[in-house]
Amino acid sequence: MMMLAAAADNMGIADAGIVALLGYGVVFFGLILLLIVVSILGKAFTRGEKKPEKVEEPAPAPAPVVTEPQLAPGSAGQLKLHDVPPKTAAMLMAIVADKMGKPLNELRFISIKEVK
Amino acid sequence: MNINIGEVLLNLWNDSGFSAIINGFGAGGWQNLVMIIIGCVLLYLGIVKQFEPLLLVGIAFGCILSNLPPVPGAAAMYNQDLWNAYINGSAYQVLNEAGEVIKTIEEIHFTDIIHYGGLLDIFYIGVKAGLYPCLIFMGVGAMTDFGPLLSNPKSLLLGAAAQMGVFAAFFGAVALGFTGQEAASIGIIGGADGPTAIFLTTKLAPHLLGAIAVAAYSYMALIPLIQPPFMKMLTTAKQRKIKMVQTRNVSKTEKIIFPILVTIFVALLLPDTAPLVGCLMLGNLFKETGVTDRLSDTVQNALMNIVTILLSTAVGATMVGSTFLTVETLKIVVLGVCAFILSTCGGLVGGVIMCKLTGGKVNPLIGSAGVSAVPMAARVANKEGQKANPSNFLLMHAMGPNVAGVIGSAIAAGFLLSVFG
Repeated sequence: MMMLAAAADNMGIADAGIVALLGYGVVFFGLILLLIVVSILGKAFTRGEKKPEKVEEPAPAPAPVVTEPQLAPGSAGQLKLHDVPPKTAAMLMAIVADKMGKPLNELRFISIKEVK
Repeated sequence: MNINIGEVLLNLWNDSGFSAIINGFGAGGWQNLVMIIIGCVLLYLGIVKQFEPLLLVGIAFGCILSNLPPVPGAAAMYNQDLWNAYINGSAYQVLNEAGEVIKTIEEIHFTDIIHYGGLLDIFYIGVKAGLYPCLIFMGVGAMTDFGPLLSNPKSLLLGAAAQMGVFAAFFGAVALGFTGQEAASIGIIGGADGPTAIFLTTKLAPHLLGAIAVAAYSYMALIPLIQPPFMKMLTTAKQRKIKMVQTRNVSKTEKIIFPILVTIFVALLLPDTAPLVGCLMLGNLFKETGVTDRLSDTVQNALMNIVTILLSTAVGATMVGSTFLTVETLKIVVLGVCAFILSTCGGLVGGVIMCKLTGGKVNPLIGSAGVSAVPMAARVANKEGQKANPSNFLLMHAMGPNVAGVIGSAIAAGFLLSVFG
């Protein structure tokens, strides 16, 4: 490397080609190693996540009469919210509809989940 | 009291910058005039066209200030000779008002620059010492969410693929007659990362700093125009329509460990990159810990803004007519755009390969975001994805390669610095 630094003033095409290939290779090498490290880290964390324990359910009680919540006129069904307040969800749906240039009643949102 | 009005007016004229430009027109005055016009054009692009205004306005104004002829007997705002003496390690002669040598300094230090230099020389010390690019990186780190990268680590490969332009432009620059150091500084424009380009250029080819900084920031502003034609050229309509599935949630602990891990890992791999990557990751750690919110807020806002002012003005000051108006600058402009295009193509080809290997689960458009330029490149990938399929939201998926590109360009700079530094 030091020799290259000294010869940098009159570098030939062949040397430049070698340095370019080597450099591209080093970037890949570095990021592939980082990929391996990050993947291991990710796997360790996803394994560490506790799975929800199964609780033995008591004998089923007589099923109460469940009345489905009344859907709003023109509604496309239920929307599942995961850690998202209804106000934020409403805002997001309005933005998506606006960006897509379609009225809200023509779109169906199935679930909204916050990406942490 | 007997005042000779004619003599007073003549002295006023002789002391003015207009006289300096007109009398010295043949000996560099015209170059200053052209640079002032270029400065005004850059101001127009920054203010009216909004091309990276936060940086371009400062760069353009610094350019105008450094090309105003100095008042006789007073120090110029930016003194090119002083920096040439510092860079070359040669002696510097201090002149008095009559132009006589009153002192010769054998070796210039930063203290001499503070003593004999102008305001912009003092600003430039922070560039030369590598301080400003690192502080900017700290702010960038505090504003970056590495979550998309952590949830899909394969994005790192796209960040690597998109560094192709760096090395292709390096090769092209050597072929066009630049030295290895100059070619390395020109090539890093392809990394689409302003602070990295400035950091590397000040270390390897400081005389090209003005041209390289202007080219890098101008092309970054032009990403929405430069990238889309190549995105369409290298991908099929079917590939552009691919919807990517939601990636997993990343825990807070992972986000805290990541910057520490990357700093140790990259600094051990390429110690020359440690200042840049270290500052990037320190800024990110401030953001993610949750206990240093005040520091995170400061580096994202106050510090970032102050450093941007100093950095942009100092970089603009290096655009002195005698060194900027050369054929080399034109070559840098052409090589810079080639570097950008090739980096985009490298990322896209990487994306296409990944798309094929995963059986069509990856939209190759996200590869183009591997050219750093956070978050502009990711936004462009998202926009092009939505053009192909209006219900396609690629932004979060493109942020992975985008931040991987920042790390990739820092590694590329570290490699070039270790070879030519």
